Order: sequence, then C-alpha cells, then structure tokens
Amino acid sequence: MRITCPNCGPRDRREFYYQGDALALDRPAEDAGLEAWDDYLHNRENPAGDTADLWFHEAGCGAWLVVERNTVTHAVHKATLAEKAKR
Amino acid sequence: MRLQTPEKTVTFTFDGRRIKAVPGEPLSAALLANGIKLVARSFKYHRPRGVMSAGSEEQNALVTVGHGAQAEPNVRATTLEVSEGLEVSSQNAWPSLRYDALAVNDLVSPFLAAGFYYKTFMWPRSFWEKLYEPVIRRAAGLGGLSGETNPDTYEKAFAFCDVLVIGAGPAGLMAALTAGRAGADVIIADEDTEMGGRLLREREQIDGKDARAWVADALAELDALPNVRCMTRTTVTGAYDQGTYGALERLAGARAADKPVECFWRIVAKRAILCAGALERPIAFPNNDRPGIMMASAVRAYVNRWGVAPGKAVAVFGNNDDAHRTAHDLAEVGIKVAAVIDSRDDAKVSGDYPLYTGAQVIATKGRHGLKSITIRHNGGTRTIQADCLAMSGGWNPTVHLTCHMNGRPTWREEIASFVPTPDSIPGMVTAGACNGTFSTVACLTEGADVAADVARDLGLKPQTTVPAADDAAYAITPLWAVPGKGRKWIDFQNDVHVKDIRLAAQENFRSVEHMKRYTTQGMAPDQGKSSNVVALAVLADATGRGIPETGTTTFRPPYVPVSIAAMGAGSQGKGFAPERFTTSHQASIACDAPMIEAGLWYRPSYFPQKGETHWRQSCDREVGYVRNAVGVCDVSTLGKIDIQGPDAAALLDFVYTNMFSTLKVGRVRYGLMLREDGHVMDDGTTARLGAQHFVMTTTTAAAGLVMRHLEFVLQVLRPDLDAKIISVTEQWAQFAVAGPQARALLNTVLDQPLDDETWPFMACGAVDVAGVRGRLFRISFSGEHAYEVAVPARYGESLFRMLVAQAEVMGGGPYGMEALNVLRIEKGFITHAEIHGRTTAFDIGMGRMVSAKKDCIGKAAAARPGLSGEMRQQLVGLRAKSPDHGLSAGAHLFAKDAAETRVNSQGYVTSACFSPTLQTHLALGFVENGRARHGEVIKLRDHLRDITEEVEVCDPVFFDPTGGRARG
Amino acid sequence: MVKLIALTPCAGLLPITHGGVEVTEVRPERLMSVAPYAGQSKATSAKLKEQIGEGLSAVMCRAGAVTWFGHGTWLVAGEVALDGVAAVTDQSDAWAVVAISGAGAEDVLARLVPVDLRAGVFKKNHVAKTMLGHMAVTITRTDTATFEIMVMRAMARTLVHDLDIAMRGVAAR
Ligand SMILES: [Zn+2]
Repeated sequence: MRITCPNCGPRDRREFYYQGDALALDRPAEDAGLEAWDDYLHNRENPAGDTADLWFHEAGCGAWLVVERNTVTHAVHKATLAEKAKR
Repeated sequence: MRLQTPEKTVTFTFDGRRIKAVPGEPLSAALLANGIKLVARSFKYHRPRGVMSAGSEEQNALVTVGHGAQAEPNVRATTLEVSEGLEVSSQNAWPSLRYDALAVNDLVSPFLAAGFYYKTFMWPRSFWEKLYEPVIRRAAGLGGLSGETNPDTYEKAFAFCDVLVIGAGPAGLMAALTAGRAGADVIIADEDTEMGGRLLREREQIDGKDARAWVADALAELDALPNVRCMTRTTVTGAYDQGTYGALERLAGARAADKPVECFWRIVAKRAILCAGALERPIAFPNNDRPGIMMASAVRAYVNRWGVAPGKAVAVFGNNDDAHRTAHDLAEVGIKVAAVIDSRDDAKVSGDYPLYTGAQVIATKGRHGLKSITIRHNGGTRTIQADCLAMSGGWNPTVHLTCHMNGRPTWREEIASFVPTPDSIPGMVTAGACNGTFSTVACLTEGADVAADVARDLGLKPQTTVPAADDAAYAITPLWAVPGKGRKWIDFQNDVHVKDIRLAAQENFRSVEHMKRYTTQGMAPDQGKSSNVVALAVLADATGRGIPETGTTTFRPPYVPVSIAAMGAGSQGKGFAPERFTTSHQASIACDAPMIEAGLWYRPSYFPQKGETHWRQSCDREVGYVRNAVGVCDVSTLGKIDIQGPDAAALLDFVYTNMFSTLKVGRVRYGLMLREDGHVMDDGTTARLGAQHFVMTTTTAAAGLVMRHLEFVLQVLRPDLDAKIISVTEQWAQFAVAGPQARALLNTVLDQPLDDETWPFMACGAVDVAGVRGRLFRISFSGEHAYEVAVPARYGESLFRMLVAQAEVMGGGPYGMEALNVLRIEKGFITHAEIHGRTTAFDIGMGRMVSAKKDCIGKAAAARPGLSGEMRQQLVGLRAKSPDHGLSAGAHLFAKDAAETRVNSQGYVTSACFSPTLQTHLALGFVENGRARHGEVIKLRDHLRDITEEVEVCDPVFFDPTGGRARG
Repeated sequence: MVKLIALTPCAGLLPITHGGVEVTEVRPERLMSVAPYAGQSKATSAKLKEQIGEGLSAVMCRAGAVTWFGHGTWLVAGEVALDGVAAVTDQSDAWAVVAISGAGAEDVLARLVPVDLRAGVFKKNHVAKTMLGHMAVTITRTDTATFEIMVMRAMARTLVHDLDIAMRGVAAR
C-alpha cells in the first residue's frame, strides 16, 4: 500500500502510523454531553467503500494526513494535510 | 541421455552418488541425462515419482539441497542450477528412495481417501494429543528442517520503474523492447536463468532466423538501453496495492560468505505488463504418475534447450495440436517416437511415426520408471513399449497475478481455459500466452501493442515493429479424465486423484473452495498450478455444472514459495530492532553492569562490585548511596521535547490536566497527561526556560507516543495554536545526581557553585559544566535532594565518568534501574507499571490535578460515570506484615478471609521491592476503595509463584511523607 | 580545572569500506532546527538569507546550509538568531551524520530504504525523510554518487551495522 504524502510524494505504507477515522478532527466541546463524547471516542462506521481516516507520516515528514480511500478496492484517492482540513 | 557430449562438466551428488552435469543446467536435466527417473516419493502415498515439468510448477521432483544448518528442503529440481559440489538428497523416503517403508500407505490407500483425517481421528478424544497428532506430524510434510539457525545471508531490496514486464518470453521481450525504446524506465523480470521463455525451448524461426538468435539480439539491445534493467532468476511473486510487486531473486552460483542466497524485491511500478506465459496441464488417466511420464512441452524443452533425451522410446498423448510439436521435435533429433495418441477423433495431424487418433491411454506399467503404456483405440486395446510418455491436456494461461487483488479469471471456451479479466489489477495489462494468445507471432504482436499503449499512457511516443514468426493454430478438444478404473492423478504433489474429487462432491463439498480444503487439491508448494483446472473440470462434471459456474479457488501470493529468510531479510540478529545506546553505555559496560532493554534503549540494571553475588546486594548498596551520600544515574532515555511559540503555554494547558501557563520562568512543574478517553497517558516534568519556551520530559516508554500525540494535537485538534515542538532527547545527555551530597558533588563540576537561594527545589536554568553550556533541573525521582544536569550529548560520556568518579570520593557511586525502582517505590512515585492504560487520575490519587479552570485532553471523558468513585481500584501502598517475606508484582489482592478466586479479587500489585531503607518488603498496587482502607490488613495471593502474604494497606508514600528531604 | 571531552556519534565505528563503497562520518559544527511561526515563513527566510546566505529551501530540498527537515521544519548548519519569527532549537548533538559514497552507494541504499533514490529521480540536493531499515532517517544526495544520512545519535551503531551488511551483500554480487 502506498500513500501520496502532500509533502513527500508517494511513500510505502511502512512509513505511516494509522490512527483511525477522520471524525477525530471534530472534537466535541468540553460540555457537549456524554452521548457526543461517546460517539467521538467509540462509535465508528465500518464502511464497505469510501472512507477517510487519519494517518501520521511518522517515519517521514511528521505530517498528520487525512487519507481518503476505498476499503473494497484498496484505492487511495487522496491524502491532504490534517491541519488544513475543514472542521 | 545427452544428445551431444558437453564441453564442460561439473560433479554433484544425488543421495551420495556422484553425477556429472553441465554447469548451470537444472538438476532435472542432469538427472534425466544420467537416466535417473526415480527422484522423489509422493506426499501421502509415498509413490515413486520422477521429473514432470521443466519449470517452477514442478509437482514431483522436490529435493533437499545441502546439509546441516544450510539444508534447504522442497527445492524444485527443475529450477535448481547445478554447480560443482552441489549436494542433493531425496526426501520423504526411508530407508531409501527405492525401498521406502511408508510406501505401505499406497497399499492401504482405500482407507486414506480424501477427508480421512477428519473421519479417522475424531475419537476417542483423548487420543488426539498423545497419539494422533504426534503420528500425523511425523508422517506429514515433505522435506524436513534442520532446526538449526541458518547461517546463510538473505537480502531484501526496493526497486522502482515506469514499467514492470513480468516474464521474458516472446510477449515480454517485445513489450520491454517497445517500452524501452520509447524511453520508459523498464524492469523486465523472468524466473528462468536466461531470458527468452518458450523461445529457448522450441524449434522455430523469428525474423528469418533461429528464435534463439532473435532472443540473443533482443537481449543485447535491452542490455544496451540504460533505462532497461533485466532481472533473471527473478520470479514476480505477488501483486499488491498501488503498483507494488513482490519478486524473489535467486542469486546465481555457489553460496559464499556475505553473498545473499536470495533477494526479496519490492518493486514499485507505475504500470505492469504481465507476460507470464502458460502452463501445460496433465490429463488424468490411470497411473499417470509413474516416473517417466512428463509434460509434453517439458520433454521438448529438455531436448531442445538442454540437449537431453528424457527417454529412448517416447510416446506422446494429447488432446491438442501443440502436443504434436513434441513428436516432431523428437523425430527431428532422432529420438524414437513410440506412438502419438491424440484423443481427438477429428485431429488433422501427420507424422512419420505410429499415430492413433480418437485414442486414449488407459494403463501404464513400471513401478520405478515407465516401461509400457496401454491404449484404447478403435474399440480395442494395444500395449506400446515406451520409457517416457509426454502428455498434454492443453495450456492454462498463467493468470495468477491478476487474481491477487480479488480478481476472478474469465473462462474461454475455445481454448478450454481461464484467461485474465481485464483491469483486475489497477495499472496492469496482460499480453501473450497468459492472455490466451498462443502463436508466437500473436504473442510478439500483443506484447508490442500493449507496451505501446502503456508507453503512450506515460506520455511517451512509442513505435511498434513486429518481426515475422510462427503462426500455428492451437486447436483443442478438452479431455480431462480418461474414463475407466484406476487411480487417475490430478494433483500429484498432494496425491489427489479423480475419485477424491468425486468423493468430495458426493459428500456435498460442492463449492470449489470446500473441495480444495477437503481433498487438499491445490495446496502445498505448487499451489495447484498444473492441477487446478483439471480438478475444477472433474468437480464440474461430478456436480453437473459447467466449469465457469464452478469457478476457481482463490490465487493468492506468493506465486512460488518464498523463504521466510528472504521475506525477513535484514531483520535477523541485531537487525531485528534498532539499538539505542546512551552516551554512558561504554562506561557502564566497563563497570560490568548488566544492561536491560527499555524500549529500544539499553540501561544498566545495577553496577556490581567485588564480592557481590546477587543483584539485590548491588541494588541495596546503590539505594544506600542515594539515601546516605550521592548516586549518579543516566536519565537521558527520558523523552525531552522542546516547545516554543506564542501558544506554547496554551498547548501545555491543553495536553496536561494541570495548569502550565502560570508556571514561572526558571521553574519546573510535574504534569499529568490523559488520553482523550480519560485514562492516564503519561506523566513527567516540564520546565519553563523562557516566556515562550518550555522543555517537556516524558517517560522513556512513552517518548514516541507523546511526540506523536503533541503533533496530533497541533495538527489535527488545534491547528490554531502557534507552537512548535521538536524532540531534543538525543541532543542532551542528562544525569540524575541524587542524595544528601548531590549539591556538593555538582559543585565540583559546575563553574558557578549552587546554593539554596538561587536553586530551590523545582528550579531550572542554564549552567556551565566544566566550561560547557548545560542545563540544570532541581527535580527528584528519589525523594532526595537531587538534580538532573544536562550537557550536549558529545560530552555525555565524559561528564558521566567525571560525576561517578567524584561520587565515589564522597561515598557514593552510579546506580542502575533496580535501585531507581526501589527509590521511587519507597516514595510512591508512579511509572507505567501503575499508569498502564486502564487507570484514571482519580485512581492514582491525582484527581485534583485535573484543573477546573480549563478544558484539556481527556477531561470530559474522565468525568464519565464509572471512572471515579468508591468502586474504583485506587493506588495504595502495601507493606508486608512479615518484613522479610517478598511480595510480587502481578499478585492479586483479597479481603483477609476471602477465598482466593477470581470473583473475590479486589485489586492487584503493580510494583514490589525490598526497601533497604525501611528494611521491609513494599509494594504498590490498586485495591477497591483503597484510599479509605489505609491500615486494613488484606491478603496478597500470587497463584503463579505460589505466594500468599498478609499486607497492610497504607499511603503509597512510604518514606519521608512530608518531602522534606527533597526540599532541604 | 576539569574539562569535558567531546566524542562524535560514530566514534570508533567509521570509516568502513566494502567493494568501492565507503561510509565516513560527517561532523557538522552546528545544527539548528528552524520552524517558522504562523505566517512567518517569509520573514524567516529573509532573516536566514541575511545571516547565512540562504533562505528556507523548497520542500524535499537542500540549499546551501539549509535543509528541509520535515513538515514545517528546516535544519540549518550554522548559528542563527530568529527571535519572534521561528522556533530555533539546538540539534548539533542530536544526529549521527554519515556520508556513503561510491558507484554502488545507490544499490546499497536500495537494500535499506523504501524510496526511489535513482539519480534521475532523486537529484543532487534532494532530501528524503524516510526509513533506513527500521530507523527514521534523513537522506540527502550531496553529489553524483554520495548521500548524506542522518539518524538519531543513539542509533549510530545500528546505522553502521545495517549499512555494513548491505554493503557486504552488494559487494559480494
Ligand atoms: Zn510526508
């Protein structure tokens, strides 16, 4: 598997650390309530198809990325800098 | 028998027998040249077997190469190059290949049919572990492993190209030429020792010259192109995501020191062209497995390429036009063609030898080598003397790689075979025989055409010119299994015959995947390369379905067996994981300190002295240094993160539970860090070096984790914060100097002496250490008056030696991890033994450190019900009621009179030690509602080490609870 | 007065040579990491140019004394003062730096590094933050057949070990 880092170009999967669903970008407010925090911490979709998740180019440039990919075809559509993501 | 006398020979041994061979030829050719037909015993029935093919698909002729630790089992004789002194032995036979005791399996074969394992070894249940499994394990498998460490070198490597051409037959060579001429970066890989594929094995003309001469010219041109890389002996084994391919390279020549035996390549290609050719498939007829019965294409390969006649009188049996090539080529070189048997009634064929159309082979004779065949023809039978039978059931395109990403091949009726389904692998196209395109000129054309398309795709301007070549038609009328009695082998490697597959269908294992598991057809090293389609056809027939409806099993990587050593190359021994050494490493080793691993770091356990026979003696002495004089310990392995920027303080307020924006410059504060789920992640001290400049300390274990976490916070959660972080763990060598004499010791190396006024407890700042600018932190992990002094790493070793020498003058010395652990347990300081991922700030008694004045990571989740309260297991100290009785980490805690069962467990021990300071055994642990139970006596039970002790629950700070020593 | 003795990260480990490929230690005098604050890249670049003759280099590139060093970070070989516009951190002792040179250097690195370092792709002064074996490294092509490799100081021994094995394998072919 290869991911095209916006800084470094296409790189082997071994250079990246996988975090999880990109919904981690939308951190609830401190007082958002139990349900919102439960969703944020634990509840995840498990799509057969397109998904977006967070990867860290840990053994590379150190950028956190939002990676859009397909869990069925294994296609990696796009990787963008997490710090520039809309939230 | 050799057709010509070779110019040069080498000698190798087969089961101890010395045999002459042509250097570089495959072992199979050398054996056939020397009339050796019996090469191996089959897997299950131990039937005598010989060479069947001339390629990596070989099912029968598996041998062991070398001996002792270097012995390699299950090597295919067809791909093993002979060199001087090569040592080969047969396998799966005892006492000898010719008289094999387990051949008795063959006689009782009716009881060993498909699925017999599942039926026979079911009961009685108690027999499984003691009898069945050991017996099966001894009988199972082919070659054996030595059990010794392999001393050979293996390698792995990475390669990149625009176009990867897989296979160097007519299609592959044309593809590489076309893409290469257009300027693409090309890698062409072929598993053979020479490129050319079938062109090296056939007698035909290309461009008006011998095909082999054309191949030589093509290779010369490819070699001259700087953008083309030719990799022989390299099998592309797998197709993976985003254009990554695995490839196994076997290095030529004898083994030598440092020289890799194999190299496993990861090739990243923008495009790939699969030109993997096709594999001939056998026909299932009774006793079709005798040594001497081979694939028709293999017979002519041995004749045409290696000048070896596989027999003196060769019969040919086929269902297609291609089989007749073998007869023609044999006749051409003067080998007797005993008969050609074509199962087709309407075959339009001719030849100057006995020819039987509409005929079938129905029996064979010759246990250790073929002697005769019996055919059915025109309603009668006839026996023909032959020592070799060349069979051809048609050709299976080598579609395997196109199926590695879930693709399924497509059935093509006119060639009675599966072909690749287009776009099965993104970026890969197929050409030539692997695509079901069989004539030479069609292969050349297709190779050129797809390569031109690929080159255009890459923005190049290719040109195609295709030489004139053979355009023979390929007509086939399927014949899968000859009707009649007897065992008709399909999967030779797994000893699966027609009846096994019918039995599977009969017992309702009708899905092809179930049939495979039930019969083991298609497993083992060859993975059913030759047998799959025949097996499918028989299953289809038995279940009354067509072949396309029956479908194929899944082809998975690797295409050929890959040694684990090649896949894991570079990771043996010290290559397994990087080693991180502190600057004091050599000095610690020089003191005979045993080193223990802490993550990737190596740290000294203790520093033994003369006369000490047990680590505890050293440890107790070192604890004494710190409590009574001064100790020196390398703490450089703790993570150190430099944090700067306008929002540096805001970042710390967000990642720590407590407040850091209020910390004064020149001061240090202890901080607690939570995960977002409210559990403790890490702890440590952070020093404020300037208004916008902090240096954070993490535990050794969590340094990488915290760094990643901080980047996560800055880039993912709070990109609004303008703060920059960078690790300075490696920049600074840092040493703890602890004990009543700590200041006195430091004053011997510092350019300006310390005093309490300018350097109170938790102060920090720059100092000059023997003329070098360093940093000093007055912090303590031992509870004593202590400092950590840091210098740039280049001076680390020098400073460590200096501090230790001075400490020894003052009645102290270096201390290791054991003493460090005792010192912190005596003080109730936590480590990752306590903050192990399931404890909250409340649990460890730091609930009040979660500031109410601000949000922080983990704050909301920590407030969830269930994460605080009486039912939580809380950090406590545990003091042994019998001071000389040891306590153990991992033990569980029970009410004094409760039964020591799981349901009664009220907590557990996380850390334990003997405290030389308090002269008793101590422990830290978690116990339900622990903080309210100080003074209560409870029971510690360690079922594993069989320890039962009464312990008193107490405050975790056993020593100097007011902290006066650290401040004084 | 006592005096501290300085040791280089690869002291006692280098040089090594196998089959025309040589690894030697590089000893940079001063290495400072520079991370411009929000909106301060231009200002940082201008100050750097003034102080050491080069501004911030392009991503994945080295220019003079300035080397791109990861997301939003550069490594400058030399003393700089960038108060207020960028975080500056002393990294002079944090890295083991070696040079690998010789006709086979590319082949040696192909055994250890999962990125395309071929001359046509990875040109002089190109920089890759990547892995060598199991270690995070920074690789710069400094000349036609020379690469500079930086690894965490404490891993110097493993770097030399891994290079040594790969060099022997390439030399034995
Ligand atoms: Zn990157």
